[in-house]
Amino acid sequence: MIVETGHYALVLALALALAQFAIPFIGARLHDAALMRVARPAAITQFLLVALAYGALTYAHVVSDFSLVNVIENSHSLKPFIYKISGVWGNHEGSILLWVLVLSLCGALIAIFSNAMSDRLRADALAIQGLLGAAFLLFILLTSNPFARVALAPWEGRDLNPILQDPGLAIHPPLLYLGYVGFSIVFSFAAAALIGGRIDAAWARIIRPWTLFAWIALTLGIAMGSYWAYYTLGWGGFWFWDPVENASLMPWIAGTALLHSAAVMEKREALKVWTIFLSILAFSLSLLGTFLVRSGVLTSVHAFASDPDRGVFILAILVFFIGGALALFALRAGALPVGGVFAPISREGALVLNNLLLSACCATVVVGTLYPLALEALTGEKISVGAPFFNTVLIPIALPLALLMPIGQMLSWKRGDLLAALQRLRVAFVVGVVAAAAFGAWYGTPFLSIIAAGIAIYLVIGGLSDLIIRARGGSGRASFKRLAGLPLSAFGTSIAHAGMGLTLLGLAATGWGVESIVAMKPLSFYDVGPYQIGIESVSPRQGPNYSEVYAVMAVRKDGATIATIEPAKRFYQARRMERSEAGIITIGLGQVYAAIGESHEEGTVDARLYWKPLVTLIWIGALIMAFGGALSLADRRLRIGVARRAAAPALEPAE
Amino acid sequence: MGVLIAFFLFPLAAFAVTPGEMLADPALEARARAITMELRCLVCQNQSIDDSDASLAKDLRGLVREKLKEGMSDAQVREYIHSRYGDFVLLRPPVKPDTALLWSAPLIALLAGAAAVWMAARRRSGFAAAPAKALSEEERARLKALGVSDPDKPTS
Repeated sequence: MIVETGHYALVLALALALAQFAIPFIGARLHDAALMRVARPAAITQFLLVALAYGALTYAHVVSDFSLVNVIENSHSLKPFIYKISGVWGNHEGSILLWVLVLSLCGALIAIFSNAMSDRLRADALAIQGLLGAAFLLFILLTSNPFARVALAPWEGRDLNPILQDPGLAIHPPLLYLGYVGFSIVFSFAAAALIGGRIDAAWARIIRPWTLFAWIALTLGIAMGSYWAYYTLGWGGFWFWDPVENASLMPWIAGTALLHSAAVMEKREALKVWTIFLSILAFSLSLLGTFLVRSGVLTSVHAFASDPDRGVFILAILVFFIGGALALFALRAGALPVGGVFAPISREGALVLNNLLLSACCATVVVGTLYPLALEALTGEKISVGAPFFNTVLIPIALPLALLMPIGQMLSWKRGDLLAALQRLRVAFVVGVVAAAAFGAWYGTPFLSIIAAGIAIYLVIGGLSDLIIRARGGSGRASFKRLAGLPLSAFGTSIAHAGMGLTLLGLAATGWGVESIVAMKPLSFYDVGPYQIGIESVSPRQGPNYSEVYAVMAVRKDGATIATIEPAKRFYQARRMERSEAGIITIGLGQVYAAIGESHEEGTVDARLYWKPLVTLIWIGALIMAFGGALSLADRRLRIGVARRAAAPALEPAE
Repeated sequence: MGVLIAFFLFPLAAFAVTPGEMLADPALEARARAITMELRCLVCQNQSIDDSDASLAKDLRGLVREKLKEGMSDAQVREYIHSRYGDFVLLRPPVKPDTALLWSAPLIALLAGAAAVWMAARRRSGFAAAPAKALSEEERARLKALGVSDPDKPTS
């Protein structure tokens, strides 16, 4: 009964989503306030209905209701409770339902937090959000019904893919979807603004918090996913330039560009057309990613062609929304008045350059991801576009971008002084060069790592120098007061940039990692970087729904044991699949990482041992970036309807 | 992302290169690793043969090492594998007419973007000659209520 209620709630949600589109949209055209007012309760109720459906599916998973196809295929009665919950989104139907849940949540959020805007803008934005919801609800109900039953329920389910049975999975997809789908809010506001024809600084102020919100969630989601891949997949890789990963990176890059261009639009009324375009683009790339991941086109172009139902449906949604928004853009953007004027060397100019480089990165990732698909579809020829391609073409764009980040922070709006900006960064330059030399002396080659590490340190210091320079002068107390008086968004920018620097340092340091692949003899120790690792014992162990062989390894430094790690090799009976569980210990900012493979008769165990210096900075940096975003989000000036503090303007940088 | 990878890509936890496969000569082994990291496991999704534990990947790893031991140069080994398995095996796609657009994509994007910026700047400076229409009192009041600083007011 509960399951049927969930199914019914989805159908109701579809009807309501259509109403949420049609009624306020017509109301906005007729200037009918009563019709427009339908939008808010409709959006909130739609969310509640989808949440009910989601709850029903979760219930079926938790009680192991094996009369549902979805539960049979992805659950097992012995599966730990947390994976019964996370298993709901660990499959196609459930993850699309999560997608729609987040989409309707976004609608509800707009409905709740949209007091300070015109009724028309709100009504149109919620109408677009309703239309998006309707399209995806239809997709679920027609092609991906999670509530499908079987006539004869089996006694046991087939279990969730073991690789998904991990705490990381519990957090990663919801965060990722909050980011991915969060951009729908910005998309809806862009479409609404184009329909209404009024696009001004106030609009930019409305979308900035939403952009930040989606960007923060996506940053955390990507970082989480990458760390999960790092410790689950067993060889310490954290980013594979896989199309599925690129699918989340594309909206992240576009969202980062949007964050910066919206700032220009809000402050200076410039870059309006471009900001609107990016608002459409960020969510379009989310849709593209959903298509890539959910249509099966990645597994094989032929598989897609032979069973095209889902793929074609998503493709139709994609074409309709992206095409529609771009058509609207083409019709209306030309009529937008030109905004604020600025000199090439200015904060605006720097942000334009930032957007240019980010767009080039984004375009490269899009082309690199789609090219093999397109080429095979057009000519039948198969090529691979892998990590070597992306690293080769993106590093030359990304490193200059990193160099420019602090310079942009130092330039003033309208007209900046490049020489003065560079002078303010001299400390950062010097420290960066010294750091590069120090890293080179300590770790040695590769050369690229040394350069990237230098730039990373410069980025950290440069990002923070802005705060220091703005606070400096007078007594310590006066400086502190000035620092405390800076707007939170200034802290946000500096901290996010510094976080990017730390991530870059972590990435650079991968070049200094040490790897050792050995058949380990019991009680012999093997050198891995500054540490020695040896096996103390190898034994079997039984888990709830798996059995494993685990090794107890001692990590030594200078003869003294400093830690033990327990890498394991697990076997999941239900799916007859193996999975390795890495043994990881964090030492300082680096990690010792071990994975085991086959055990041999003569008592040796195949093992991969790594020392990865500074590796945790990759994810710590991402956390700091997200924290910086959160600080900006907390800035009261960004909150609509709250008057700006009177003291704030006096603290802008002096020209 | 990570999750999604897992849906399609990694049916088995990979162990990849095993100690038994490795060459005794560390310099030769390092060359073998560098080569195999850029070769695709043909039956996997976007994994290099160095990362994959599929049996085909294992065979290819052996083949690369065998050819290196026979004294082939890195380029010769790559060419040998390429000629046998086609473009698909190369994770770094070869530069040729079919991939020209792929390899030039970053440059095209940068140039197109730069051209767009330049054109927009020209349009902007043309408009700048004419004084912008001042905000009405009503608009000013609305902006203030929203907490936006007056764009007509100098910022410093």
